[in-house]
Amino acid sequence: MNLLRDLFLDYTLRNIALGAAVLGLVSGVLGSFAVLRRQGLMGDALSHAALPGICLGYLLTGSKAPLVLMLGAGVAGWLGMVLILRIVRHTRIDPNSALGIILTVFFGFGVVLLTVLQKRNDAGQAGLDKFLFGQAAALTQEQVVTMAALGGAALLVVLLLYKEFKLISFDPEFARSLALPTRALDLLLTSLLVVAVVIGLNTVGVVLMSAMLVAPGAAARQWTDSLGKMLGLAAAFGAVSGVAGAILSVTAERIPTGPVIILCVTGIVVASLLFGSARGLVWEWLRQARHRREMLAALAGGAGAGGGGTAP
Amino acid sequence: MSPEFVIALTAALAACACALAGVFLVLRRMALMADAISHAILPGLVAGYWMARGPNVVAGFLGATAAGLLTVWLTEALTRSRRVKEDTAIGLVFPALFALGVLLVSRFFSNVHLDTDAVLFGEIAFAPLETWRIGGRDLGPTALWTLGGLTALNAGFLALFYKELKLSTFDPGLAAALGFAPVLLHYGLMGMVAVTTVGGFTAVGAILVIALIIVPPVTASLLTDRLPALVALSVAVGVAGALAGYGLAAFWDVSIGGMIVTVLGALFGATLLLAPRKGLVAQAVRRARQRRQFAREALLVHLATHEGTAAEDRECRPAHLQEELLWTAAMADRAVAEAQSAGLVAPVDAEGHLHLTDRGREMAAEVSRK
Amino acid sequence: MTNPVSVRDLTVAYEEKPVLWDADLEIPAGSLAAIIGPNGAGKSTLIKAILGLVPTAAGMVRLFGEPYAKVRKRVGYVPQRGSVDWDFPTSVLDVVMMGMYGRLGWVRRPGKAERERARECLREVGMEDYAGRQISQLSGGQQQRVFLARALAQDADLYFMDEPFAGVDATTERAIVAILKRLRDDGKTVLVVHHDLQTAPEYFDWAVLLNVRVMASGPMAATFTPDNLQRTYGGRIAFLK
Repeated sequence: MNLLRDLFLDYTLRNIALGAAVLGLVSGVLGSFAVLRRQGLMGDALSHAALPGICLGYLLTGSKAPLVLMLGAGVAGWLGMVLILRIVRHTRIDPNSALGIILTVFFGFGVVLLTVLQKRNDAGQAGLDKFLFGQAAALTQEQVVTMAALGGAALLVVLLLYKEFKLISFDPEFARSLALPTRALDLLLTSLLVVAVVIGLNTVGVVLMSAMLVAPGAAARQWTDSLGKMLGLAAAFGAVSGVAGAILSVTAERIPTGPVIILCVTGIVVASLLFGSARGLVWEWLRQARHRREMLAALAGGAGAGGGGTAP
Repeated sequence: MSPEFVIALTAALAACACALAGVFLVLRRMALMADAISHAILPGLVAGYWMARGPNVVAGFLGATAAGLLTVWLTEALTRSRRVKEDTAIGLVFPALFALGVLLVSRFFSNVHLDTDAVLFGEIAFAPLETWRIGGRDLGPTALWTLGGLTALNAGFLALFYKELKLSTFDPGLAAALGFAPVLLHYGLMGMVAVTTVGGFTAVGAILVIALIIVPPVTASLLTDRLPALVALSVAVGVAGALAGYGLAAFWDVSIGGMIVTVLGALFGATLLLAPRKGLVAQAVRRARQRRQFAREALLVHLATHEGTAAEDRECRPAHLQEELLWTAAMADRAVAEAQSAGLVAPVDAEGHLHLTDRGREMAAEVSRK
Repeated sequence: MTNPVSVRDLTVAYEEKPVLWDADLEIPAGSLAAIIGPNGAGKSTLIKAILGLVPTAAGMVRLFGEPYAKVRKRVGYVPQRGSVDWDFPTSVLDVVMMGMYGRLGWVRRPGKAERERARECLREVGMEDYAGRQISQLSGGQQQRVFLARALAQDADLYFMDEPFAGVDATTERAIVAILKRLRDDGKTVLVVHHDLQTAPEYFDWAVLLNVRVMASGPMAATFTPDNLQRTYGGRIAFLK
């Protein structure tokens, strides 16, 4: 009961839980599209690519306001995304290598900028590098509100263009024959991933962001064969792991929020892979075992009957 | 040895070891496995630490390598189950293992120096400070031994299994049919990547290791298609980036690892633009030339198609080309002028028609045959 | 009256290789036309170029006398079955409804009327019992029927179909032919990429023989002659020697 009261009244816990829930919800929906479009590793690259943007945002404005840092992260992440898409489209470099190059080069440049910041040695820069692992415990109400507004806007776009996003994800060629601007839609849908990444950096950090995007969608897919339901379930899985991770990390000692959220959502993935109503592995194993039994029984029965037939 | 020299040598050796490990990884389009493995080794390090009851190089090394191979195996098992696609599988496995590692570290070893920041950044600047001592004798900086050993190991692996790796990369089916055990080779290669990552990150940091594994081979692949040249160029690009990066980092007094990666990125960008055959500039030039040749051939084929037909009067006028082939006036004029000066098209006749010359007719027939 | 398909000097090149050379084409209304030619002849490319799905190097396309963009609502398209991810989380009925997205326009969602119409289309291809099925559970022939139902839902006057008979069972092939003929009898025009020379004269009434260039085009009986076929396929055989 105390926990429930804290969840509503305790400033820190409420912010962590709300922030994590917003992140889970938004990245669940947007990540589902990434999973279906084989962009599962895009989130990893984009979150790393955001680092130089954050540093530059601070270097240029001297402000650590969430909006400034998020904007910097967003611009750098988006630039990285555009470069990845262009490299893949215009050269023979495979997507995996393109992602790897943008990820490391942007991040490496960000590390250089971080050392530049450290040299200036002013008090304000402290904590910029914290975004590597997230700093959910330090989430302010202002940050949570900014995250919610950004995420809400992204979800609104998905709601409005649901039908078009579905079509370009399933059958891009048919979409083009309907004269839909598939390239622009493709760019928009991928850009929304950047929004999710920007929201996530504050909470789970760079490294864990990729799982936050991929895991809820991958889990939801095992329960349903409908895109709409998959998006809804993914949002729920993401939000639930966010809140659960937040509560666990606050109640137990020395447990960082980000990793716990990721372990929660990974737990959901494992359970879904095994028991998901649409594609759970356990059901398939059971089916296979039954088939084998039936086949063996049929063989044994057939052998018995055959034996009986030849008996005098 | 001066500290500067040690750092430069460390960086160059790291570049060698990583480039050797990265060539086949990139060729197999699995570059991001390096990223995945380098993060996923954290719980392995923790396990090694725990089993040896303290910092122990061998235990940590074994634990981390095992965790790296576990990542590879888990990813493959997930993909094989056909419940998720490969990119999703990678994206699920390594953050989970990394999260587990971070959790273990902060829960049980928060008072121990197993800094998670170090996993990502490392600090090559400390390379000269940590030396290897056996029985009181100073054998020099540990990083040099580690990375030198890794370079030798990777070079040895490539030399031993070069033919097998080549075949199983370009034709896995044939390799399996010839009994080359592609699975075993695959795990061998992944083991090499894992060992390199583990050995490299303590010296130079994970991000630098990943960059040194991925960026040089991709850059080299823009310059050559031949495998031996690819290996050599990868090493050259990596070493050049490492040395130049270190020099610039010292000059500006910024992160060495970060600067090396930035220089590698600049090398990649410049190569992408300027590479002799596969560079974007060369491609654009080639395309423009092709467009012109193509325009001339299209003109010939067009004239040949309509030669002697009822539509000839309409189809074979210079003005018509603009209208029908959707050419601009300049493009049509140039194509006609070029074809005329090459003796493929006769000058416009009294009725304003273009006609093919005999050579033009021959060439049109040749073009449309291909 | 203007023909539903009128193509002049259409030329397509991928990188260095010309795939389609100076193609002229007129298909009269109410034709059931087959595009026939050897592998690599540019059959799919011709359709895609007409629909603006691949960049063209030169040429002019008019559908019903207009550029494609103006009449796209009167045009239906069936891509190759292999071009999509059949593991995508969507149902048979959903896929068929995609045929109506073009008419619906931006933002608007399909509603009850669309669902009803989609069911009708499924009935026409004999798949009404599969409406709720996940698409990964379909056989190749069933997938093709679903694609055909989606095209029917487009309610077009002119159809382009890329290899609708590839990898389907005999029953499906007969069903598809029946639907194509019915479309033709309703006054629609249908252009099909086909590469079975045996069945072509039986299924279609108009032929376009293609091998990078249009070798011949016209009513089936007059066009599908040994001489024209020799010209279309023969050059290639000579080339292979």
